[in-house]
Amino acid sequence: MFSYKLLFFLPLISTIFTYPFGVLLGDKTAQYFSSTLISIAAILSWFLFISFSMSPSPEIIIPVLEWFLVSGQFFNWGISVNSLTLLMLTLVLTVSALVHIYSIEYMAHDNSKVRFMTYLSLFTFCMVALVVSDNLIQLFFGWEGVGLASYLLIGFWHHKKSANLAAMKAFLVNRVADFGFLIGIATLYIFLDTLSINEIIEGKEELLNYDINFLGFNINALVFSCFFLFIGAMGKSAQFGFHTWLPDAMEGPTPVSALIHAATMVTAGVFLTVRFSELMVMSDFIMTFVLIIGLLTAFFAASVGFFQKDIKKVIAYSTCSQLGFMFVACGLGAFNIAIFHLITHGYFKALLFLSSGSVIHGVHDEQDMDKMGNLFPKMKITAVMMWIGTLAIIGFPYSSGYFSKDLILSSSFNLNSFGPLVYLILAIVSAMTAFYSFRLIFKVFHGKYNGSYDYEKIHESGPFMLAPLLLLSIGAIFAGYFLNDLLAGYNSKNFWNGMIFLYQDKNYYSSFFPILSKSLVATGVAFAVYYYGFNLNKLADLKKRFYSIYNFILNKWYFDELYNKIFVLPLYNLGKFLWTRIDQGIIDKYLPNGSASIVSTISKAFKRIQTGYIFDYTFIIISGFTLFISIIFYISVT
Amino acid sequence: MSFPILSLLILTPIIGALTLSLSSSSQLKNKTIFLSGLWITTGEFLLSLLLPIFYDKTKNGYQFTEYHTWFDKFDINYYVGVDGVSIPLILLTTFLVPICLLCSLNSIQNRAKEFVTYFLLLESFIIGVFVSIDLVIFYVFFEAVLIPMFLIIGIWGGENRLYATFKFFLYTLAGSVLMLLAIIYIISKVKSGNIELISDFTFDQQIELILFLCFFASFAVKVPMFPFHTWLPDAHVQAPTSGSVILAGVLLKLGAYGFIRLSLPFFEYASIYFQPMIFALSCVAIVYTSIVALRQLDMKKMIAYSSVAHMGFVTIGIFTLTQDGINGAYFQMISHGIVSAALFLIVGVVYERHHTRMISDYSGVTNVMPKYSFFFMIFMLSSVGLPGTSGFVGEFLVIMSTISVSVYLTFFTAIGVILGASYMLLLYKNVNFGDLKTDIKQLADLTNIEIFYFSCLAFLTMLLGVYPKLLFEMINKSISMSIL
Repeated sequence: MFSYKLLFFLPLISTIFTYPFGVLLGDKTAQYFSSTLISIAAILSWFLFISFSMSPSPEIIIPVLEWFLVSGQFFNWGISVNSLTLLMLTLVLTVSALVHIYSIEYMAHDNSKVRFMTYLSLFTFCMVALVVSDNLIQLFFGWEGVGLASYLLIGFWHHKKSANLAAMKAFLVNRVADFGFLIGIATLYIFLDTLSINEIIEGKEELLNYDINFLGFNINALVFSCFFLFIGAMGKSAQFGFHTWLPDAMEGPTPVSALIHAATMVTAGVFLTVRFSELMVMSDFIMTFVLIIGLLTAFFAASVGFFQKDIKKVIAYSTCSQLGFMFVACGLGAFNIAIFHLITHGYFKALLFLSSGSVIHGVHDEQDMDKMGNLFPKMKITAVMMWIGTLAIIGFPYSSGYFSKDLILSSSFNLNSFGPLVYLILAIVSAMTAFYSFRLIFKVFHGKYNGSYDYEKIHESGPFMLAPLLLLSIGAIFAGYFLNDLLAGYNSKNFWNGMIFLYQDKNYYSSFFPILSKSLVATGVAFAVYYYGFNLNKLADLKKRFYSIYNFILNKWYFDELYNKIFVLPLYNLGKFLWTRIDQGIIDKYLPNGSASIVSTISKAFKRIQTGYIFDYTFIIISGFTLFISIIFYISVT
Repeated sequence: MSFPILSLLILTPIIGALTLSLSSSSQLKNKTIFLSGLWITTGEFLLSLLLPIFYDKTKNGYQFTEYHTWFDKFDINYYVGVDGVSIPLILLTTFLVPICLLCSLNSIQNRAKEFVTYFLLLESFIIGVFVSIDLVIFYVFFEAVLIPMFLIIGIWGGENRLYATFKFFLYTLAGSVLMLLAIIYIISKVKSGNIELISDFTFDQQIELILFLCFFASFAVKVPMFPFHTWLPDAHVQAPTSGSVILAGVLLKLGAYGFIRLSLPFFEYASIYFQPMIFALSCVAIVYTSIVALRQLDMKKMIAYSSVAHMGFVTIGIFTLTQDGINGAYFQMISHGIVSAALFLIVGVVYERHHTRMISDYSGVTNVMPKYSFFFMIFMLSSVGLPGTSGFVGEFLVIMSTISVSVYLTFFTAIGVILGASYMLLLYKNVNFGDLKTDIKQLADLTNIEIFYFSCLAFLTMLLGVYPKLLFEMINKSISMSIL
């Protein structure tokens, strides 16, 4: 019990005390202090996870503090211990600990590094609170809390205008999605009269009995609530339509991108969907919707990733695309595989981001890939790490991506009729992923150096940054191999222990499909090598020939422009209209100012009564008094 | 309890005000006046802390009651007492008044004696509203509150203060006249001013509707509800910081308190009958004022408009007529009392240093005032309704309760959550982030006094956000009594 509470409280202690320590004992102490606390929590989480997976037990809920009173029932701050939460905790705490350590060196030249560590710890605490919650209120707390940490960290360099705007955008887009989430919570609450996640899942049958009339449609309560919960998940996980904030979020320091915008926070949406998997599978509509959104996102983000110039944005779009893969797995009913991919992706994507951070650090804060090239001789370890991460993401055999991604592809045959189609789309997206991942490798590490920064001064990063990379690379290589059996193998039923929905029968399909997908991926790699490794000039011709498509992709399908036109500008103009026309034009004109003019007319009339003669005044006083007395009599008589 | 604690609470500030105003002003320095005011109000705060300590949460009905006959014929008496609904508001008042005096230490130079006197009177009248169980006493205090408030805005306000006071006066006057008529009618009918007796009385349905509207006119102006809200931005902009703090912190709550204490128990039929109207007005208030707030150039105006939106949550919550809804509305009242007061103080801090409230005159303040930005952040987040701060609890409960009425209502209420985040983040970003403007480079960071009261306020918002049980325990029983 105590050790579980420790997992919850260590990040909190780090959040609260890092800043005072920094002020009192100096920056270095504070950095070591928070890194140590989170590392202890990370190691502890592995012990707890391993001992749990040896002998899975039913869910335990450890209350911490009474919190919320809803319909006469208090909901707690609490820790729910089960297979899903422990698995997530290992990922969250491990990546967080490594990012803490990495930041000691990465932020060494920054003036406010203690503030940075505090935010990182705050994020870790909120993420832990989100993962371990047993009720929707705490879940929402963590949900908004990680959003806050993300807002603070994206806008960390607050003198940069773009960073501030990106931070606001992230918070507001997430708010729009949270609006959906809140409605989902409210619907569940009104029909089931509870906010405890377990009780909601137990009451799922009951939900089917109710309908909600919305805009003239009778929608089943289950579908309605799941739909809006999923809207929340879409926002946090940057799915199609809500994705616009994620690439902009790359304005934050790179360790942040690794921790928040790759490994942990953005996967919260997948986590939520899986946590409510028992509810989601009950509606075909929801499952199809999740599947389609996942497919769309995977394809869209991969296409935009093609021609991005910023090294971090390429990885950001690939994150977006991989999140799409996870939702595809959810939509196919393979929730355990979604979580599996979530975990492996967490490791290799954090590796990719931190490696790119190492590159950016080495070339003196340059992020444009056009100004890089041939960095391999200068930073060999980083380059090898980047290669490992890239091989993992394209699913090179026996790397971690190979296991989880292939399982997603093969589970498309859970669908009877459209299975092959889904498989084909996923295979194409995988090939696209391979293309832009290798494009990145070749543009950055090989070829010719094009930058303006002095090539001789480019340097490899120090031990604090390389050690986390090495540890993550272990995860990127082996996580798939070790977790495969536990999460997706024959014994997985024991491990999950009823926590999530598990698909029962396995469909078999011809061996033609794996060969197809593998060869597509190989083609993608080959194209990247051909164009970016050897024939850059041919590429320019291609770009000219397909200029309109190229432009469309380069401008991210014009989503930002569209949103500005249909949401932001009209709202802004409406504000002006309501303020000047309605508030000042109508209400003020008729209510107070109008009545004021009446008053002044009356007072002019009264001026005439003020004659200055005692007689007139006495008359008015007496008549007024008579009136008053008669009113009192009237009232007391009736 | 025989100890007349409530009368003492009402009388202490009045006695203090009398002594102050009778002493000859030429001999007293401003600082002495403020210090004596602070001593009195702090004593008052400590005294009011006895209420939650000795209040028995398990019992129904009013406690610490005192009864003195006044007009025998109409059964109008000096009858005071408190329950779970009034105690937190009394505490909020006694907590905010010392802060108001603290923040005016430097900014109020002329007529300090009158200033402190009016604040003491104001405090006593507000407490009077919250403790009275007799309708006439309630009305007397309810109206008396306005006098010191007018004077505070009218004497120590900005350039355009006369227009603002005048607008404020017109709106409230119209409401009060109607309420007075309704009160006269009720007392002549029931033959008693006792609130509990009136609650048991059933009016003729048509008459009840009219009476409800009369009360509504007065309370809606105070809350303020759309479209009676336009006095608020002007009053806030013109008022001195301390005036805005008490106005947003406590005075706006008088209307909502009136709804819970009087309208709901008196007019059960009418409360249900007028539900749609109030929901419509509140939804408009939330969406409309939030959008208007987006375009404000003046910090105080923006926060004033946000107050209207936040109070929209309160009226929606109250008129869902459910336990959760009223709990949430009440929580939102207390939270808004703390947070909006804090936000006005935040504006006051930079106004005192830089003498402008225009958002565009500030940029990159965090570079020179990091502590200030820190506190600003906490209150901004609480205003946005981030979980873990007090702002979240009320909003969340209100949104939960609306769905039992209609999904559409939930939609409109929840849209307020998005819009609220938009304008507050915009405000925060424009003031604190970006390049440091040259003319604000010399701004000094918070003084110790400012840190002291901001810490108190921040602590309260966090405490109520993390452990709202404190407040829930206090109000739950009393609120369950007030709904049908």
